[in-house]
Amino acid sequence: MKTKKIIALLGASLAWTTAGYAQETVKIGVILPYSGPFADAANQLQAGIDLYIAKHGDTVAGKKIELIKKDTGGPAADVAQRMAQELVVRDGADIIAGFALTPEALGAAPVAEEAQKLMVVMNAATSMVTEQSEYIVRTSVTIPQVNYALGKWAFEDGGVTQAYTLVSDYGPGHDAEKSFSAGFTEAGGKILGSDRTPVANPDFSAFVQRVKDANPEAVYIFVPGGAQPAAIGKALVDRGLAPPATKILAQGELTHPEALASMGETARGIITTFHYTLERDDPLNKEYVEGYTAANNGREPDLFSIGGYDGMHLIYEALKKTNGDTSGDALIAAAKGMSWQSPRGPMSIDPETRDVVQTVYIREVQEVDGKLQNVIIHEIPDVKDPLH
Amino acid sequence: MNQAMSANANVDTARQWLKRQSRWSPFEIVFWLALLLPFFLFPTYLPLASQIAIAALFALSVDLILGYAGIITLGHAMFFGLGAYAAALLAKAGWSEPLTGLLFAGVFAGLIGFITSFMIVRVQHLALLMITLGLGVLTLELANAMSWLTGGTDGLRVPRTWPIFNYFRFDLWGYTSYGYTLAVLFICFLLSRLLVNSSFGLALRGIRENVKRMPAIGSDHHRHLQKIYTISAAMAGLAGALLAQTTSTVALDVLSFTRSADVIVMLVLGGTGRLYGAIVGAIIFLVARDQLAGINPQYWYFWIGLLLMVVVLFMPKGILGFLSRLAGRRDND
Repeated sequence: MKTKKIIALLGASLAWTTAGYAQETVKIGVILPYSGPFADAANQLQAGIDLYIAKHGDTVAGKKIELIKKDTGGPAADVAQRMAQELVVRDGADIIAGFALTPEALGAAPVAEEAQKLMVVMNAATSMVTEQSEYIVRTSVTIPQVNYALGKWAFEDGGVTQAYTLVSDYGPGHDAEKSFSAGFTEAGGKILGSDRTPVANPDFSAFVQRVKDANPEAVYIFVPGGAQPAAIGKALVDRGLAPPATKILAQGELTHPEALASMGETARGIITTFHYTLERDDPLNKEYVEGYTAANNGREPDLFSIGGYDGMHLIYEALKKTNGDTSGDALIAAAKGMSWQSPRGPMSIDPETRDVVQTVYIREVQEVDGKLQNVIIHEIPDVKDPLH
Repeated sequence: MNQAMSANANVDTARQWLKRQSRWSPFEIVFWLALLLPFFLFPTYLPLASQIAIAALFALSVDLILGYAGIITLGHAMFFGLGAYAAALLAKAGWSEPLTGLLFAGVFAGLIGFITSFMIVRVQHLALLMITLGLGVLTLELANAMSWLTGGTDGLRVPRTWPIFNYFRFDLWGYTSYGYTLAVLFICFLLSRLLVNSSFGLALRGIRENVKRMPAIGSDHHRHLQKIYTISAAMAGLAGALLAQTTSTVALDVLSFTRSADVIVMLVLGGTGRLYGAIVGAIIFLVARDQLAGINPQYWYFWIGLLLMVVVLFMPKGILGFLSRLAGRRDND
């Protein structure tokens, strides 16, 4: 009887001490494709996270922030789910974050739901991601958000009445095509034709010829980054499809700084839509870019970096609001409706959908100081994802 | 008279040999009991353990055709993926009962396996490699193109699988998942064991050793190969379905070339042509991956490559082949 009591006491004190210890740290599990074809995106996102921690310290509401990194190796839903499970049951993570790719987020969502943990999606850009669990919040962008806005703008302010769409034949390409077309036709524009190019190693010349035959005022394109922006830029110019005669519309990755360098002159005049513009003239952005390049051997931040940076901001602010309470319910309540000034501009979290609401920028590639760069020509404030 | 007697004697020894092969050794019993240890010793590693069991089942299916029948394949993820999508789509249609879902996926993958087997048995060596690779890539592209059905690059969220026997709920810790996957692995292993230690299994080995000779002794090698290919495809489909059911998600990566290649790596590590080689290979590959990726999430594949080179150079018959040589035991085949 006595021994039983002692054991119970020991157990209780042990439980108490571990609870006491847990109060000292907040463990954030970061699930990203650190290896494989998307490793570069993961590294940029991680650099955004690291920069935020370096700037704001690793203690929030009296608790120390501890990161646990897990590699998925690519768009593997099953691996992401196992990582999330292990983070929760083995490592005792309080928050799960990261997710460069949609399948990763879909894989981890059931774990966040069951374990009732805050899940911060820092990139994955398909609309439906935040609908998978009440505990998911997103700090990046959605493809419909920027492309629907671009379609609407093209008809209302861009002076385009009919257009042709040319997208890569995979999920994000399909989403982009659908949302641009929706924004454009709902405003009153007409889509002359839609084509889809293979995802891997496409030869654009035949597709571009078809676009030329349709003789549109503008062509909307969506291709994955890497070698394709330069290839499609060249194919368009070769067929004489170039601004100002034919407007070229696209999502921001097409003309991000590294792509611009490889596209050269062919990029001039391309109009893109995005939530983050490296060159945006703003003190907060300047400070962010300077800090980032200094910490990363001169590498400039991109869309992944800003998603990670703002994701950490959300986690920090939510922890401050809850006074260090890490329960999923408290954190998600704190995150709903939160709004702040980010290097990308003003942004907030929709209290209903837990998705990001932000300014969408329409940019045109122009020459500034002898160098081609994205210049903001229009701003659309407080854009929500149109699909929720 | 004399000849007939010696022929009879030959049949007897073959039978005895098969009988000897199918006897359970104490090693095997210990091995299977050891697979229960994660429940008690490493309960926080159960999600990994169930993925290992799934990978082992997939590797087992490839071992049946590669190790026993000599069909080299670089596209077996095709059947794994078909099984995963079959189970997932059935669940999406409103039927999430695990066992019938599993059966449905196995039958579906087996059916596709049977259809493609007509093509497979006509070619050998490099051509076989190219055909299996091509079929795998085609299936992947087809799934990508049919994104309205498969979810495309984004993947598919599947409704949660119903409890097994309406009792064992799929829990966060993975107790049910591991129990379920291990049970299916064990049953498939028993079937494979019966298969390879039967006269059919012997015929397959004959085909592996010399394709031209088998017809000469009156063995219909096309029919044999078709049979084992169909069985193997169905088994790979079961593995895929297990993955879809235990993780409630499917993405295009179930069909990827990497999955087809990884399973070959597992087999080479463990040792081809041995049923246990598939299981040991899957354990080594995934545990090494988990540990190495934990140490360095960026460059873990380097160490896998190194391990693979060491094994291929110094243990050409895989880790199991090496161990059995160390133990001085005769090779199983």
